[in-house]
Amino acid sequence: MTPTKTGFANSLWNFFCSLKLTIFLLIGLSAASIIGTVVPQNAAPAQYAKIYSEATVQLFNALDFFDMYHSWWFILLLYLLTLNLVACSLKRLPRDWKIFTAPTVAMDEEMEKSLSLVRHCKMPGSSAKLRDMLGVFLTREFAAPVVTGGEGRYYLFAQKSLYSRLGVYVLHFSIIIIFIGAMIGSYFGYKAYVNIEEGSESSVVYRRTASAGQMETPEQIAARAIDLGFTVRCESFSISYYDNGSPREYKSVLSVIENGRTVVDRRPVIVNSPLTYRGITFYQSSYSPADDPVFHLTVRSGKDGTGRKITARHGERVSLPGGSSLQVIEYTDDIKPFFPQLSGPAVRMAVMPKSGETQILLLLKNYPDFDLQRGGELAFTYDGMDQKWRTGLQVAKDPGVWIVWLGCCLMVAGIFMAFFLSHRRIWVRIENGRVSIGGATNKNQPAFQIFFDTLTDKLKAM
Amino acid sequence: MSSSFLFNVATLSYLVSMVVFFAFLGSRNKTIGLAGSIAASFGLIVQTAAIGLRWKESYDLGHGHAPLSNLYESVVFFAWTIIFIYVLIDFRYKYRAVGAFVVPFAFLGMAWAQLGLNSGIEPLVPALQSNWLLYHVITCFLGYAAFAVACGVSIMYLIKSKYEVGNGNAKSGGIMSLFPSTKFLDDLNYKAIMLGFPLLTLGIITGAAWADYAWGSYWSWDPKETWSLIVWFIYAAFLHARITRGWVGRRAAILSIIGFAATIFCYLGVNLLLSGLHSYGGG
Ligand code: HEM
Repeated sequence: MTPTKTGFANSLWNFFCSLKLTIFLLIGLSAASIIGTVVPQNAAPAQYAKIYSEATVQLFNALDFFDMYHSWWFILLLYLLTLNLVACSLKRLPRDWKIFTAPTVAMDEEMEKSLSLVRHCKMPGSSAKLRDMLGVFLTREFAAPVVTGGEGRYYLFAQKSLYSRLGVYVLHFSIIIIFIGAMIGSYFGYKAYVNIEEGSESSVVYRRTASAGQMETPEQIAARAIDLGFTVRCESFSISYYDNGSPREYKSVLSVIENGRTVVDRRPVIVNSPLTYRGITFYQSSYSPADDPVFHLTVRSGKDGTGRKITARHGERVSLPGGSSLQVIEYTDDIKPFFPQLSGPAVRMAVMPKSGETQILLLLKNYPDFDLQRGGELAFTYDGMDQKWRTGLQVAKDPGVWIVWLGCCLMVAGIFMAFFLSHRRIWVRIENGRVSIGGATNKNQPAFQIFFDTLTDKLKAM
Repeated sequence: MSSSFLFNVATLSYLVSMVVFFAFLGSRNKTIGLAGSIAASFGLIVQTAAIGLRWKESYDLGHGHAPLSNLYESVVFFAWTIIFIYVLIDFRYKYRAVGAFVVPFAFLGMAWAQLGLNSGIEPLVPALQSNWLLYHVITCFLGYAAFAVACGVSIMYLIKSKYEVGNGNAKSGGIMSLFPSTKFLDDLNYKAIMLGFPLLTLGIITGAAWADYAWGSYWSWDPKETWSLIVWFIYAAFLHARITRGWVGRRAAILSIIGFAATIFCYLGVNLLLSGLHSYGGG
């Protein structure tokens, strides 16, 4: 695994293995990310012109600050991070391999010097007896030891959580897996959107790009179209509200038609509950009115009281019996914000008699008698309205997402292995009534030291 | 009894606990130290009941949801997690002085929430109607609380180590004798971060999973996401420096404090100063 030992290659290798590079990259990525949270990303040029001076805009453009997370230098940092991870893992591998396959079981004087935690004590009894006693002691307090040596000189070696050493590989590897998943997503997937009117359908969606929505020609828009290979139909769209008027639910009822067959029939899609078909997922994301609303009104002549139903499009001038006409000016789904003592939908309309002054009337759906009390020649009630909506769907295809989740699971597993388990080793040498104990851990030295002190104190007290 | 009344009782308990812990540092009377712990534990119990009651109240209003849906509720939960983790440490190690440096975070949070934030129970907007909200918020805030404890302990470390240098290592009498040893503080700092880091990782992952489920994009470099990643980077750097470079003591304490400052920015600064998808902003 180690590269050739020529000077340059070697120092390059060490550079890519080094923790210094890791710390530099972590801090560098943090600093870069801060820029991206402060400078608005992918905004319209007009917006930048408002915030920054011309020179600043030019500078930021040159540095890719406006689409920073996709700039070559940010991506380069991510590649360096990956390289760093791979290199440091390869470098550690031979060392760990040895620890797995050929652990040092005997602590001689030479090796003892390399350990930072060593205690000596004198204990009574023969070496063999001490060996047995310490074997029991270690098994009880730590882990069952491997005993070697002989002729009055014995070595004990016990270890715990050897496999935790793999945690670091799992953890580092998981980051690479996540990157791989993200790359697959960005090469083979897409983020798109489509707006569909109630009662109509679409078999294409439009890719989201940085410039989407900014004064495009029809050709440019067509160039962003993606053929789904099936058809999505919006059966209906509706909004419901809480009592306080804030939105409770946006719901599109969608059907999918493939080769003339309805394969998904009237599936409600709400925020937080998308529809997935053939790896393509449709999310409820926005809505807009598809055309002017149509109002349903009843008009009664004050004398006979028989009602006549009329419909009026928003702003349209509609003739009334007797030669007058009306026009709906404004409407609201809830009057409460304007008149706290009232509730429900309302319209404001103008009634224009054949001659004379235009009258402005307020009609309330929940109070049908409201206009009757005015005592006019004609009395109106507001029965409701029809609004045709256009639902806005976010469309995403991401074949890499499962790899990303796999990476996340590995990361969590790796973190638990690497953090909460440490490979702890204890060596004991027994010789002439003299017991030497050495300890080592691959991480969290202070905690291990506390453990080691307690352990040796217990032993000395025996 | 309303949840709002209980929250006030809890806030008051934390205030009492904090003052008693300060008195403990001054008087070095063990009974006073115990009283501080009892006040904090009492506050925790009351606050737990209050959160439960608020949850129930939201159902009574006809749009039940876990009380984790706006800035007020998140600050309250944050204070709860801080005290929860502190009480665990207190039971385990009985170093009362730690309370004087951790309980204030919870008290400040509660006082701010009760006095300065809109505590109305609002129905959930469509974007938040998901169980992922629960997993995401709980893991994130447990992580934040662990970092808060690490920060409090690090401040203690810096004070204690300065004092020890000033007086030579021999004796550290006075208030300082109430502080746990620097070795213990340093270890606790590390342990708290080792607990917080996996929780933050889970918080980021559940957030990504939720974003993917709700918007079709697990990562979109939204300022909140990005800042949580920055916090993650800082603590990852802390852990690397500690594990492989043996960074202990002062440098570790300072990095821990920087990490918590970034955490607070991620939690509050992003909402108050930057704009993004997360709807915890505003009051
Ligand atoms: C983000 C990219 C990362 C890079 C480039 C990176 C790089 C490194 C490097 C160079 C080492 C030193 C290896 C050695 O000295 O043998 C290391 C060790 C380690 N890293 Fe990372 N790391 C990264 C992410 C993480 C993360 C997120 C964690 C989780 C906290 C982590 C946990 C560890 C641990 C526990 C060790 C110590 C291994 C040991 O000596 O026992 N790494 N890493």
